[in-house]
Amino acid sequence: MTSKITLHTEDSMILELRECASLLLEKLQGDDYQEASKMIANLNEARDSTIFQCVGELTRALHESIKNFNIPGGEQALSQQGSAEEHCSELNDASSGLEYVLTLTKNAADKTMDMVEECAPICNELGQEASSLKQEWAKLRNREMSPDEFRALYKRLDIYFESLDAGTNKLNENMQNIILEQGFQDLTGQVLKKVINLVTDVETNLVSLMRIAGQVESVVGIDVEKYTNDGKASKKTGADTAGEGPQYNSNKRSDVIDSQDNVDDLLSSLGF
Amino acid sequence: MKILIVDDFSTMRRIIKNLLRDLGFTNTQEADDGLTALPMLKNGDFDFLVTDWNMPGMTGIDLLKQVRADERISSMPILMVTAEAKRDQIVEAAQAGVNGYVIKPFTAAALKEKIEKIFERV
Repeated sequence: MTSKITLHTEDSMILELRECASLLLEKLQGDDYQEASKMIANLNEARDSTIFQCVGELTRALHESIKNFNIPGGEQALSQQGSAEEHCSELNDASSGLEYVLTLTKNAADKTMDMVEECAPICNELGQEASSLKQEWAKLRNREMSPDEFRALYKRLDIYFESLDAGTNKLNENMQNIILEQGFQDLTGQVLKKVINLVTDVETNLVSLMRIAGQVESVVGIDVEKYTNDGKASKKTGADTAGEGPQYNSNKRSDVIDSQDNVDDLLSSLGF
Repeated sequence: MKILIVDDFSTMRRIIKNLLRDLGFTNTQEADDGLTALPMLKNGDFDFLVTDWNMPGMTGIDLLKQVRADERISSMPILMVTAEAKRDQIVEAAQAGVNGYVIKPFTAAALKEKIEKIFERV
């Protein structure tokens, strides 16, 4: 759609340019300099308005792509968190979609760790009591136990079975909940796929913008070299100590180390 | 042994804290970036620093350089636990005087090994 419009605006611009040029020549030959400079101003205006038109087209296309970003299932996901309406409108753009991913992953991580921390002492206590009972039991089997000791062991076993029952129930419950917590992967995956689509749309539109810009440049004769060189220069000076985050395609990059073993090798080659 | 854990993600701080506790280090404190960590390090009697690289405010590599530049705390052992895995970055950290470098995601065994190695030398 955009390319048709571009051709159209470009054609009309060329027509307008030709018209202005012949008028300009006419005025100059007739020594009418005041009118001639007016013509030059008109020429400039024709060029500017074409650029504005093209940029306007692209801006609208970009805006559409961004507006089209909606998260399906946002409502249902948020009914648990309350104030659904407020949140639903917030979710309609990429950055709050990503915030949502951040919140969901953090909550899942926290809840999972809570449940594991709850399990750890149960396992510990059951384990400790089991090994202590095992020793007592061995005494009994070797007939080294007095009747008093046996009575104490009898009671302890009773209590142990109770706590074994309660403890394993709790462990089972927590393990189930840990599995359920992994549901964040589905919900965040959906949002991330939406964001990926949006980024792809924006990229496609930016490519169109560049193509249109290229067409405009070729017609109006803007010096492209100068701008692209500036861009490169500023990108290079941007290097500092800020981190880059995880390298998600480390296997395709030679400047990235992809395992702890290779990190260790590099460090030992540096004398570590 | 008093340890400061610096990471902007609370989940990661908690994971490291838990692993350290398993290794017998129970005296830990947390900070969420270099700007918060540096005054804590300067005023507190920390023996060991575990830091991420990529954080808002002050990054871990800058924190590492600041610690090495302050003679009162410059000898503190520092372990980097980070997702930054570029060769140049690891070399930079080594040159700045890091004592160990663990890349995320990491295993309990890797963290344990690096920490033990650091304390063997200190």
